[in-house]
Amino acid sequence: MVKVLVDDTEQECEEGMTVLQACEQAGVEIPHFCYHDRLSIAGNCRMCLVEVSPGPPKPQASCALPISEGMAITTDSPSLRAARKGVMEFLLINHPLDCPICDQGGECDLQDQALAYGFERGRFVENKRSVGEKFMGPLVKTVMTRCIHCTRCVRFANEVAGVDTIGMLGRGEDVEITTLEQTLDSELSGNVIDLCPVGALTAKPSAFRARSWEVDKTFGIDVMDAVGSNIRIDSKDGRVLRILPRLHEDVNEEWLSDKARFSCDGLTRQRLDQPYVRKEGKLQAVEWQEALALVAQKTRQARARCAALAGNHCDLESLYALKKLLQGQGSQMFDARQGGAQFDPSLRGGYLFNTTIARVAEVDALLIVGANPREDAPTLNARVRQAWLHGKLRRAYGVGVRCDLTYPCHWLDDKPQRLLKIAAGKDGVFETLSMAKRPMLMVGYDALERSDGKEIWRLCGAIAEKAKMVREDWNGFNLLHRSASAVGASELGFNRGLEGVQSLLVAMAKGCVDVTFVMEADDFDTEALDRCFTVYIGHHGERTAQVADVILPSAAYTEKSGTWINMEGRVQRGFAAVSPPGKAQASWRILRALSETLGAAPAWNDLQGLRENLTKEHPELGEQDRPLKAAWTSLGKAGALREEAIVARCDNYYMTDPVSRASETMSACTRTRRELRTAASRTSASQASRP
Amino acid sequence: MLKDKDRIFTNLYGQAGVDLASSKKRGIWDKTASLVKKGRATIVEEIKASGLRGRGGAGFPTGLKWSFMPEHSTLPSYLVVNADESEPGTCKDRDMIRFDPHRLLEGCLLSAAGMGAHHVYIYIRGEFVREAEVLQSAIEEAYAAGLLGKNAAKSGYDLDLYLHRGAGAYICGEETALLESLEGKKGQPRLKPPFPATCGLYGCPTTVNNVETIAVVPTILRRGAAWFSSFGRDKNHGTKVFCISGHVNKPCTVEESMSIPLKDLIEQHAGGVRGGWQNLLAVIPGGSSVPLIPRTLCETALMDYSSLQELNSGLGTGGVIVMDRSTDIVRAIARIAHFYKHESCGQCTPCREGTGWMWRVLERMAEGRAEVAEIELLLQVSKQVEGHTICALGDAAAWPIQGLIRHFRGEIVKRIEGRRLAEQPPIAAQ
Repeated sequence: MVKVLVDDTEQECEEGMTVLQACEQAGVEIPHFCYHDRLSIAGNCRMCLVEVSPGPPKPQASCALPISEGMAITTDSPSLRAARKGVMEFLLINHPLDCPICDQGGECDLQDQALAYGFERGRFVENKRSVGEKFMGPLVKTVMTRCIHCTRCVRFANEVAGVDTIGMLGRGEDVEITTLEQTLDSELSGNVIDLCPVGALTAKPSAFRARSWEVDKTFGIDVMDAVGSNIRIDSKDGRVLRILPRLHEDVNEEWLSDKARFSCDGLTRQRLDQPYVRKEGKLQAVEWQEALALVAQKTRQARARCAALAGNHCDLESLYALKKLLQGQGSQMFDARQGGAQFDPSLRGGYLFNTTIARVAEVDALLIVGANPREDAPTLNARVRQAWLHGKLRRAYGVGVRCDLTYPCHWLDDKPQRLLKIAAGKDGVFETLSMAKRPMLMVGYDALERSDGKEIWRLCGAIAEKAKMVREDWNGFNLLHRSASAVGASELGFNRGLEGVQSLLVAMAKGCVDVTFVMEADDFDTEALDRCFTVYIGHHGERTAQVADVILPSAAYTEKSGTWINMEGRVQRGFAAVSPPGKAQASWRILRALSETLGAAPAWNDLQGLRENLTKEHPELGEQDRPLKAAWTSLGKAGALREEAIVARCDNYYMTDPVSRASETMSACTRTRRELRTAASRTSASQASRP
Repeated sequence: MLKDKDRIFTNLYGQAGVDLASSKKRGIWDKTASLVKKGRATIVEEIKASGLRGRGGAGFPTGLKWSFMPEHSTLPSYLVVNADESEPGTCKDRDMIRFDPHRLLEGCLLSAAGMGAHHVYIYIRGEFVREAEVLQSAIEEAYAAGLLGKNAAKSGYDLDLYLHRGAGAYICGEETALLESLEGKKGQPRLKPPFPATCGLYGCPTTVNNVETIAVVPTILRRGAAWFSSFGRDKNHGTKVFCISGHVNKPCTVEESMSIPLKDLIEQHAGGVRGGWQNLLAVIPGGSSVPLIPRTLCETALMDYSSLQELNSGLGTGGVIVMDRSTDIVRAIARIAHFYKHESCGQCTPCREGTGWMWRVLERMAEGRAEVAEIELLLQVSKQVEGHTICALGDAAAWPIQGLIRHFRGEIVKRIEGRRLAEQPPIAAQ
């Protein structure tokens, strides 16, 4: 510990802290623009000047100055006030006075600090500089004249996102932040909007829609991937305007993936807003009573020949209610792994991201099997990149589809047979993993959704065991889920058996199922539904809705209070930001009404009651925001593997579920990325053909 | 006047050859091995005792700077020679390189031995095309003669030397921007601390020295610290190469003793001010970044760090810019302000925004299109830039303007009021 004096009060600080951090710890606010605690230090805004003694006579940039024992820091003096005023004036002379039409207004660092530290009037009478707009893709709107050149966006792109297509060109007063006419080819590009302290980079999709003080802010949980990013849903007049990340050090830090941030416009398109019943081959709008009565009648007839399939967005409460309904009928046919991922849902150690997201920072050796963490979980991938950049990660290997992960990864093979070699232990990769202090294995859905997925899963377990990746203080076996409901459904016993949804689909195709409940699931082979009466509980009129016999409109994730469990087993709760459209209802509410119509009303009447019942049955899920503990048990002996190569199960990051597929923003992103990739391949082709 | 026998740069005017044989005739590479074998500590002590201060402008004691280099480091140490001479009014390094390159190379070997560096980079200004050619061929000659490389000059010391050409940016003469540029990045100054001696080129201990600083080292070691420190006043020892340009009869680069009176320097070496001493308006004594001093102060000024500092100016690089009464002093400083506006790297706020602002105000003042109150504003803005930036370019941009206002405020006021009177419609006679 180092003792310093901050404005004459003694402060004990950790070694290696900067003066700015020491001041913040002491509760003294130091104005700053370029400094950001998750990015490297640039020290270029010169706003955070303080005086230190002993030290140089000039005021020093506190963000870049390390503390030393006995240092006396002065944060407020006439000369410092003058210096800050001076810097503030310089920042403002070429900054346009367009606050009334600037989307950053109300949440602008420059505005706030100008009020606190600036002059009351301008002294600059020359012409102001104007800068041409840059193209940064469909997500980021630029007004570069407003830029104060803090380079936060450049540092974020280079350090966190791992793309180098953004930088500062020119010199002197002509410097410009630019992207060389390219979009930011990153799944995390939207974060530059939050980082920009001024209105130079703002959100394009929500441009000019609302002022920041007009929106209602609701805390939610993201369901676009299985990370469980903490989000803030900003809504106005019953519509979700934008989604922002909420700080959670152990989950998403303060980043958010582009899909989670910008797919929210899909929540207002293609929505199911009233119940439908198929009459004479056509879906016709009906009242709730009629729809429920029909479903109840069919369910009563089917009795145990009912089945249920749930999608990626489902919350714990709905899954629980659906499971109870089916069990009430005597059926045990339900599953939430609509893509067909194979793993044993009764072995918690086998399906969790055991390392936990925060401890990814400690990893020193990595094996990726059938996953693309950059697209499956962009914020998690950013952590792996940090482990490579600042931590100890030196070797990353991959078995599966070759992809750019923003850190070097040695792709061994695309056939799973390579894993047999590693598991045999006679291999350099095995050596590396077993010698490493913090080895990690990540197996993803590209591998698990194969018909031999369970064998790959078991093989990965065997590798983890043999390479001693599971230790007393460390568990290196991880399942990288794509679905936000996967862990929750497994915990609730909603996922059943190793084969998962395959056996369910076979049963349906064979005609062993009379009534199928499909809850918010659209990404499976709907042909299997041909022979049964299909009840679709969902919010988007998509694939399943087309073949459904009854549609019960439900609330999307921003429209209901619900609980989700992320891939590391962290129970988190989100709240309803807006009401569901039309007559739609939260799924658990629909299921309760249905149970009542069936004459089997559950013991609970409201969400509170449901949660009490749920936690009574699953006491561990009552504790929020702490990863579930999992003891390691062997995953069993692996059987034969197919000779086929692992292929990517998802070819477009931006469109993976009904919400993002309905989003115009996401389709614009898809288009831009396709153009970018085509252009890139054309360039490399022309370079290759050059003599 | 400095005696010929005391001159270090004996071929400053290129009368003799630059090749190795001719250089050897001038005493370069003479028993260099014995100097290297004196050892690291002795070399540093000798340089400390000589009172040599950095010749690049800041005047930091060279021996002290070398002593910051770690004795035992797991990382390699580097000596980087700053030959990015771009300060307006300065052309000393250029003449040393094109007429006396071996003196610099010998200096590199001895200095590197003094700080435990086995790799030397010479970063030469991009515009110095011919100079780079001369230096490169000198390096090749030296390598061929075994004066560089393994067991350099049979001293038992290994030294590799590389020449790197810049791309022509003033800011790359700032030591940390130079290192960035040398690493292949955009030439922008780094934050200090850490200083290059702990974390410099490629994160390794590095010393950056000016060409002149390095080139005088062999002679100091040969003739002794006492000889070198016999020139100049206390704390301002040695000989120094001055460049006299502007309104003098014979502009020249000349080696002289430190602390020579400015008036002597101009009259004895540069043939006096055009039109006589009384025709002198002002002198910028140390390259464009130091404040000017008017004629009255020039009478007594000595060309050394202390004297010029007392006059609120500085020795800088020793580039003396002489301006006679025909000079439009406001326009001259406006031109300098434009230079700094153009050369600012744009990284930090005060310099990026302030240099352009100051230049624009000065441009208007040069034409009289300003208010008298703006003189005070200009001074305030220059104070807002000075001392608040990452590197010294902000100071360099502010000082000439502060010097102008300090000594020629009347001239600016006269111009502003003259223009206002000229623009006023004539008042009808009553």
